[in-house]
Amino acid sequence: MKRICMLSALVAAMFATAPLFMGNFYLNLGSQMMIAAVFALSFNVLVGYAGLTSLGHAAFLGLAAYLSAWLTTRAGFGHGAAALLSIAGTTIVAGLFGLVALRASGLGFLMITLALSQVLWGLAYRWVSVTNGDNGMTRLTRPMPFDVSIESAASFYWFALIVTLVAFILITIFVRSAFGASLQGTRDQGRRMSALGFNVWMIRWIAFIYAGFWGGVAGLLYVYYNKYIHPSSLSITTSAEGILGVIAGGSGTLIGPIIGAALITFLKNFVSSYLDRWNMLLGFVFLIIVVVMPDGIVSGVRWLNARIRELCK
Amino acid sequence: MQFWIIQSLNSLALGGLLFLLASGFSLIFGLMRIANLAHGAFFMLGAYFGATALRSYGWMDLWLAAIGAGLAVAAIGGLLERLVLRRLSDKPLGQVLVTLGMSFIISDACLVIWGGDPIPVSAPVALRAPTFLFGFAFPTYRLVLVGLALLAAVALYALLDWTRLGAMIRAGVDDMQMARAIGIRISRLFTAVFCLGAGIAGMAGVLGGPILSAYPGLDGDMLPLALIVVILGGVGSLVGAFIGSFLIGFTYTFGSALFPDLAYVILFLPMIFVIAFRPQGLFGRRAA
Repeated sequence: MKRICMLSALVAAMFATAPLFMGNFYLNLGSQMMIAAVFALSFNVLVGYAGLTSLGHAAFLGLAAYLSAWLTTRAGFGHGAAALLSIAGTTIVAGLFGLVALRASGLGFLMITLALSQVLWGLAYRWVSVTNGDNGMTRLTRPMPFDVSIESAASFYWFALIVTLVAFILITIFVRSAFGASLQGTRDQGRRMSALGFNVWMIRWIAFIYAGFWGGVAGLLYVYYNKYIHPSSLSITTSAEGILGVIAGGSGTLIGPIIGAALITFLKNFVSSYLDRWNMLLGFVFLIIVVVMPDGIVSGVRWLNARIRELCK
Repeated sequence: MQFWIIQSLNSLALGGLLFLLASGFSLIFGLMRIANLAHGAFFMLGAYFGATALRSYGWMDLWLAAIGAGLAVAAIGGLLERLVLRRLSDKPLGQVLVTLGMSFIISDACLVIWGGDPIPVSAPVALRAPTFLFGFAFPTYRLVLVGLALLAAVALYALLDWTRLGAMIRAGVDDMQMARAIGIRISRLFTAVFCLGAGIAGMAGVLGGPILSAYPGLDGDMLPLALIVVILGGVGSLVGAFIGSFLIGFTYTFGSALFPDLAYVILFLPMIFVIAFRPQGLFGRRAA
């Protein structure tokens, strides 16, 4: 335990001081990794802890991003108010989507969430007067939290790091709480939980909304970082990258999705700088992870570790 | 008046195409419990195969191209089922994710092979002139397409209801363990149904060519429509797929014509209604 504490303190210190000795390229990569990590963390609440596999989580990322972009450029809101309104709006939509999607479970749930997110995607493409369609919304700005500029790569990195930490802590508290325990109960034994008097539907709905909320936070980070938003942020590819991060890292673990998301982001950046066949590679990575490492890298490593210890005895 | 009638025909044509797409999806789902997210990609692959065949061979006509593309896509589907899905037979979620991965690979491969520009597919020469009925001019090809979809519906219904293969499929859908116990080779049946579903989708891609053409992103445009049809009609139900297809055909066509900005939102209103009152879909059965 002590070793783990020291190790994580070391890692934390490394992350916090990275801007002091890293170039902008790596800082930007780090920021992207953290955005993906927040997205994967929120996705993991659904996939890992509620046992509800959604393929439409990008809806919340894209919606929050579009709302923030529209509110700041078209409606003349300041960044603070726009951020609050976007998150609130995304959370409400998550509540509505949850009402619809949670009528089903299993593959039905997956198909409905996919269909719902595709509707938003289609809307972003077609509703040109609001979203600017395929051209996307450009010339967006970054906010100035507490009058501190986050324009530079280093300052944005720190900003994203703080948000990611907060997200990680709050999501950890959420899944470790009594509510989180009952959520995992509904995942493993839905019928028994309902026989015990738990309102399974309500528990799942709350988890869905909570996941949507953090998906929206990831969306804000995303739009602040890119200063640009395009319908592709709502596409199934975005959801697929998110779920791949969760599964690659290990769904239902706390750290796993962060590692998985970082790996996917790294891979995406690495591949994109050499050839533009990212979608094909994403497909192959999908096949490999699902067929070969269905429990993710973290439990894969854990299993390996246990085996090695057994051998050393 | 002209507007309503022509748009109604367009709705019927789109509904027919959607039925071809959704019936295969629904069949596969009903038997194998796989939501085959590569179904849109199969449709697009069929469209590209057909377009290429028509462009390369002067003697090729649309019907031959449709059959050829259907067979080719069926073969690809069968390979994927045998080589990949088979390994995950006890993990429904893994299977869905694998089909999603396959759809990414297929659509990116199409982009590499055929490039980013749409490839037009022309209707057979004999069907290019409009048909005059009750004083209105109808695009003949769309009329024929509706007829073909109806024919396919009847054929599928007959296949499921009257043949030995159909009886085995129904037995597998109802109670797989029992069907296995009395000696039905479910594993072969899976491959057959997956090939059949993929093949119909591929054929639909070619038949839809004169209306939609073959372009990158066609898979992403068609898959959500098929999903909504299946959610509406109820998974695993042929009648549901049929009714759902035409419902969505009409909703989408009139939605796009009357409120072009919001067509996608209108599309999902009927879905919400149905889910609210009948979560298993109009003709679906309660999930076991």
